[in-house]
Amino acid sequence: MMDTAATASPLLVSVSPHIKDRETTARIIWTVNAALAPAAVMGAFYFGPRAVLSMVLCIATAVLCEYLFQKLLKKKITIQDGSAFLTGLLLAFNLPPAVPFYVPVLGAIVAILLTKQLFGGLGFNIFNPALMGRVFLVITFPKLLTIWSAPTAAFTALDAHTCATPLNILKMDGMGKLLESFGSASTMYFQLLIGHRGGCIGETCIAALLAGALFLLYKKYITWHIPVAYLGTAALIAWIFGGKGMLFSGDPLLHLLSGGIILGSFFMATDYVTSPSSRAGRLLFGAGCGFLTMLIRLKGGYPEGVMFSILIMNCFAPLIDRGFRPRLFGSVKGTKK
Amino acid sequence: MSFVNFKGGIHPPDTKEATKNKPISLAKVPSRLIVPLVQHIGAPCKVAVTVGQVLKKGEVIGTAGGFVSAPVHSPVSGKITGLGEVPHPAGMMVPALFIENDFAETWIELHGAPDWSQLSREDLIGRVHDAGIVGMGGAAFPAHVKLSPSHGFKIDTLIINGVECEPFLTADHRLMLEKSGEIVEGAKLIMKALGVPRCIVGIESNKPDAVAAMRKACGNNPSIAVHSLKVKYPQGAEKMLIKALTGREVPLRGLPMAVGVVVQNVATAAAVYNAVRFGTPLIERVVTVTGDAIKEPKNLLARVGTKVGDLIDECGGFSREPGKIIMGGPMMGFALPSMDIPITKGTSGIIALSKQSLLHSEEFGPCIRCGRCIDVCPMGLVPSMLGVLSEKGFYEEAKAYRVHDCFECGSCTYVCPAKRPIVQFVKLTKSLVKP
Repeated sequence: MMDTAATASPLLVSVSPHIKDRETTARIIWTVNAALAPAAVMGAFYFGPRAVLSMVLCIATAVLCEYLFQKLLKKKITIQDGSAFLTGLLLAFNLPPAVPFYVPVLGAIVAILLTKQLFGGLGFNIFNPALMGRVFLVITFPKLLTIWSAPTAAFTALDAHTCATPLNILKMDGMGKLLESFGSASTMYFQLLIGHRGGCIGETCIAALLAGALFLLYKKYITWHIPVAYLGTAALIAWIFGGKGMLFSGDPLLHLLSGGIILGSFFMATDYVTSPSSRAGRLLFGAGCGFLTMLIRLKGGYPEGVMFSILIMNCFAPLIDRGFRPRLFGSVKGTKK
Repeated sequence: MSFVNFKGGIHPPDTKEATKNKPISLAKVPSRLIVPLVQHIGAPCKVAVTVGQVLKKGEVIGTAGGFVSAPVHSPVSGKITGLGEVPHPAGMMVPALFIENDFAETWIELHGAPDWSQLSREDLIGRVHDAGIVGMGGAAFPAHVKLSPSHGFKIDTLIINGVECEPFLTADHRLMLEKSGEIVEGAKLIMKALGVPRCIVGIESNKPDAVAAMRKACGNNPSIAVHSLKVKYPQGAEKMLIKALTGREVPLRGLPMAVGVVVQNVATAAAVYNAVRFGTPLIERVVTVTGDAIKEPKNLLARVGTKVGDLIDECGGFSREPGKIIMGGPMMGFALPSMDIPITKGTSGIIALSKQSLLHSEEFGPCIRCGRCIDVCPMGLVPSMLGVLSEKGFYEEAKAYRVHDCFECGSCTYVCPAKRPIVQFVKLTKSLVKP
């Protein structure tokens, strides 16, 4: 037994509360990384060593870049929180499988250095770093960023075959050609679900992405608001305006299963830092992403609009937060917020 | 039965196992007591004695310094040995009287009212005032003030707060089991003083034995109802409790009286009963002494003015090296710099946490805007913004984000994954800008 008088060391005095939940920033971010693992494995499976190399290069560059920046500026090193790793992984997920090694490296530098660290590091960036990395690459290397390897090509030939993405075919040649390329409608949906199609490394396998997304929803690391509003709006617009010539004849399922909308809506639009914090705000944010994505897909010059739509909505996140403050307890209508 | 809920809140582990089955035991009365003259919210007491004066138990040693104030009585018979200052848990120094106990326990002449039903409202309120009764749930607001509604407020409901939503604490729980009769009689007294027709006792559903005991004590009195409430912190906060039990929302910056409600803690109700029935002033209370650093956690009936260290010794001392000692609950209590600080009328618990159990370091990270704090804030504030604005020195902007409407329940800080000390930021801002 210790006598009360025998306590030599000083007592810690700090402001309440004196107990805290075990959740930490690092645990949340590493869990998101883990939730992306199934899609990473499937990306490696479909697109082979080139895809794996891209993922390794993106992650390594992102982490190293953050480390060096913080070391140079004598800031606290934060690479262990997993956010640089996540940015690298998501950037790789958004790249075509077969790009020269300098493409992922440059993209990761733009993502970490320009988009994240120069704005103040984790928590202060306005734009999603991985998507900014990609947008830089799309503008700088337009050709390289549109060379799509056919899935499983890595196992059949040394030089990857190229193929067009489903959204590309849809945009250029229409629905008929797209169905033709898959054989039948049911085959098409199935192949899209398992990710057997051309596209970015991490976006194709919808089943793997959904598994990770459900895990995050279950863990309450993301809420349903952004993905549901995003996908719901996109599906509605695809159904109404997506058909040829006639309203209400589009194929919403095709639009949800192709492109990067699943990856984007569950894993990138939900990025805490660059999306609104309130639930009502998240619904508006998601709906905005869905609207812009479909606007670009149906009317824009690009076949895919996920990247631009999320980046554009990122700009509005602070404004949305301002507009959607929770109702104050005890306030009556007209109370100044 | 279903009740209107309040928005937000958290579910911390309740950590009440160590003491919830331990009957209240009498703490040894110490030979020296330190009785602070500020034991309540409001004006400090005026010293009513001189150094060297011989005292009886229950004698007034500090008179109320204003309407919102409460007198302080000697917890023992003995002699005043000094007038000095002691650290108040909230940080400042407050005047206090030092008393040497003669262990004779000689009471002053007590004027109880065996048949209180004959007393007038004014008489009842006067007796509550004279007994120095304050809210015993922690805030220590003088009880007689709540019993004297300002003109224009029509009170129709008394709520007796037996929620005890703070983890670790079991003092109210034990009191409801062991003194349910006194609490119910106290509630009836308060109803009479307020002239209200109905009373609701609110208890969290994790204390079914207390619910049963209180229901039994109420008998078939139709004007008192005992309600079992959802377990959620801060269910026991006045505004949240009123919302859950009556569906009414206390207006911003307003008092419960504005919605026709007065809330009193269960221990306060028992103290009111003893003050009116037997004329005994508030000089002792039940304190839960617990935490993983305490050898034998207990619920102690202790005299006001007993040092925290004495109570810990009463519980066998420390089993592990303490890292932090908290007065009150772990969510809203104060960390003590020393064990020589005395307990007061508002002290519901002493919690000693071991060095090992203090998982939080002083380091915190940037806000990642996850929104958890917004989800849990029962007041509908945006705690993340309050923290960021205060951290960067934008105090006026924090005011625009309604920093003064925060009652510092700590839910935001509890859930923050970046471990940001949001309550600390809020307290700092409040001290720098006027509402």
